[in-house]
Amino acid sequence: MSQMFKKLSPKGDAAGEDLSSHPQDVPLAIHDLTVAYHRKPVLWDVDLDIPEGKLVGIVGPNGAGKSTLIKACLDLIPRASGEIGVYGKPYKEQRHLVAYVPQRESVDWDFPVSALDVVAMGAYRRLGWFRRVTREEAKKAHDCLTQVGIGHLADRQISQLSGGQQQRVFLARALMQDAELYLMDEPFAAVDAATEEAIVSLLRSLSEQGKTCLVVHHDLATVTTYFDWLVLLNMRVVAAGPSETTFTRENLQKTYGGKLSLLEKAAEALRHTID
Amino acid sequence: MPSWEEILEVVLLQNYNTRLVVLSTTLLGIAAGLIGSFLLLRKRSLMGDALSHATLPGVAIAFAVMVSLGGSGKALPGLLLGATLSGVAGLFTMLLIRRTTRLRDDVAMGFVLSVFFGVGVASLQMVQGLPGASAAGLESFIYGKTASMVQSDFFLIAIVAGIASLISLLFLKEFLLLCFDDGYAGAQGWPTFALDVLLLGLVTAVTVIGLQAVGLILIIAFLITPATAARFWTHRLLPMMLLSAVIGGVSGWLGAGISALTPELPAGAVIVLVAAVLFLISMIFAPPRGVIPRLVRQRHLRRKVDRQHFLRAAFEILEAEAPDRDVPSNSPFPLAALRSKRTWTPHELRKILKIARREDHLEPSEPRMLRLSEAGFGEAARVTRNHRLWETYLIRYADIAPSHVDRDADLVEHILGPELVEELEDFLERGPVAAPIPPSPHPIGKEASSS
Repeated sequence: MSQMFKKLSPKGDAAGEDLSSHPQDVPLAIHDLTVAYHRKPVLWDVDLDIPEGKLVGIVGPNGAGKSTLIKACLDLIPRASGEIGVYGKPYKEQRHLVAYVPQRESVDWDFPVSALDVVAMGAYRRLGWFRRVTREEAKKAHDCLTQVGIGHLADRQISQLSGGQQQRVFLARALMQDAELYLMDEPFAAVDAATEEAIVSLLRSLSEQGKTCLVVHHDLATVTTYFDWLVLLNMRVVAAGPSETTFTRENLQKTYGGKLSLLEKAAEALRHTID
Repeated sequence: MPSWEEILEVVLLQNYNTRLVVLSTTLLGIAAGLIGSFLLLRKRSLMGDALSHATLPGVAIAFAVMVSLGGSGKALPGLLLGATLSGVAGLFTMLLIRRTTRLRDDVAMGFVLSVFFGVGVASLQMVQGLPGASAAGLESFIYGKTASMVQSDFFLIAIVAGIASLISLLFLKEFLLLCFDDGYAGAQGWPTFALDVLLLGLVTAVTVIGLQAVGLILIIAFLITPATAARFWTHRLLPMMLLSAVIGGVSGWLGAGISALTPELPAGAVIVLVAAVLFLISMIFAPPRGVIPRLVRQRHLRRKVDRQHFLRAAFEILEAEAPDRDVPSNSPFPLAALRSKRTWTPHELRKILKIARREDHLEPSEPRMLRLSEAGFGEAARVTRNHRLWETYLIRYADIAPSHVDRDADLVEHILGPELVEELEDFLERGPVAAPIPPSPHPIGKEASSS
């Protein structure tokens, strides 16, 4: 028990604190990552260095391992092989630098808590064991909700929020962590246009503050406008790099294979708009 | 039938024989209410059920061990220790099956429940035959029986219930995070597996101390029912837990009291039935989520929608009659025109008109004609204006296809209150993105709304 406490207490992370000031360390370095569920590999030999301060989109077909990649980075699923470094150290020493936005459908929203309660969860690590949410943290949670445009819904029970508002609650919870690296799993899935805009402007402001965001995305039509760096993933990394050079017809063909026929037109159309 | 004096005596804890039993089931109910809340929110009810059934072999084995050591075999602490150990064994069997095989959760639970319970029933039969000891009464662990309880038993139950309750409150924040979003909890570094084990450990503790009074078949109902009932009354976790504790405590108190007075009724069943009655009351009447309040709200909303549809239809008819005027004048119009606007059945229409008359929105007029009152006309203008504001808002800001707007607008308009509509007006007229109110097919002046 005392050891658990140590791991989570703010002091336990003091050693890691210095590292954030070492910009030469990449926010997220993945080497030789292989993940398998019951013998069937989901990710195979993934090698990636995510550059600092970039908005990075992860794109790929269904079942390409996009969510798995994020979960593996967070030590939520065991990996068959490979190493992952967060600012040059293992994730478990760097948790305070990483914020996670899970898929909205991963939780039951008919849960007896308010929007503010959920956002306050972003402070639990800082608070450590047994300490209740302090007034300052509650105020900060309210500020984070305001930042995503739903400060007025702080006391609303979460099932009474729209899908887009629920997604914003999750983003506010991530903001609450004051992290350097943000890992987001499909934040744009099934949200309204207003929320999509709010998320994009939030991502931009995070990027301006030098934070790094890694975002699983499914909409090829918007991918080059939202992200300045891309990872095309299908079990392995097909291509990674700046959006302009990575989002090409050949790369998309390789990523989506036969499934591209429909998407091809979209990509073609987009390339015209980029040119 | 017991007399009123007897009932009062038992319920008010004045009867020495039943006092300890009633007190202990009350404390048990409080602990079950608190811990059951988390069990419910973690969606592990069935696992709790498997766990309680898994305690039975331990009871039989503990009895056999104590007899072989020369005791009577019926010392409660010994039996409960056995129950705990076999409950924990069942729990870890479930976790092991889940971690190492691809079997689904419910299979693991069903397996543990039936196998452990089967072993328990069989070994109970076997220990009956042990020489020199009477195992009679052990079956009461299955159905529950408020047998005469000695003081030390009571203290054991009280202390365990107290500690379990305190732990559940101490770990409130951690359990909340675990139950709501275990993935996020894991990413933040909380030991989710250990927390799960702790939670199930608390469930085991409540189950074991409840074996004697409630029995292992019904204990899960005692854990889940108060929490489910409490959920109907509130949207917040702590109030839900406290209410659940109260419901659990009251069920234990009344249930054990009734059972003590009518010995032919097993305590476990009565306690659970009392909890079930409280659950039913909650399900039907609780304002936030109960069935009747919800029906009342739906009816209210339908009334509101009908009323607004009627007023808007009337206003649009008047507008169509005077297409060149900014604001139409209030004149009588034929009932048939209204009917062609909406697909109301004659019955619905009669009801709508009746309500409109009651609200003084309609004035007496010739047969088959309708005439809005001054108040009705003003309200109709306001409703129509609100509706169009929304329409504009949706078209401009939400990228919703214009063909969908009308239907959506009907809904939002009726759900949102007047304050928000004013905010929207402000936003549209003076906001940073200056947007004029409808260049819509039916322009309508501001004066109309203020009349």
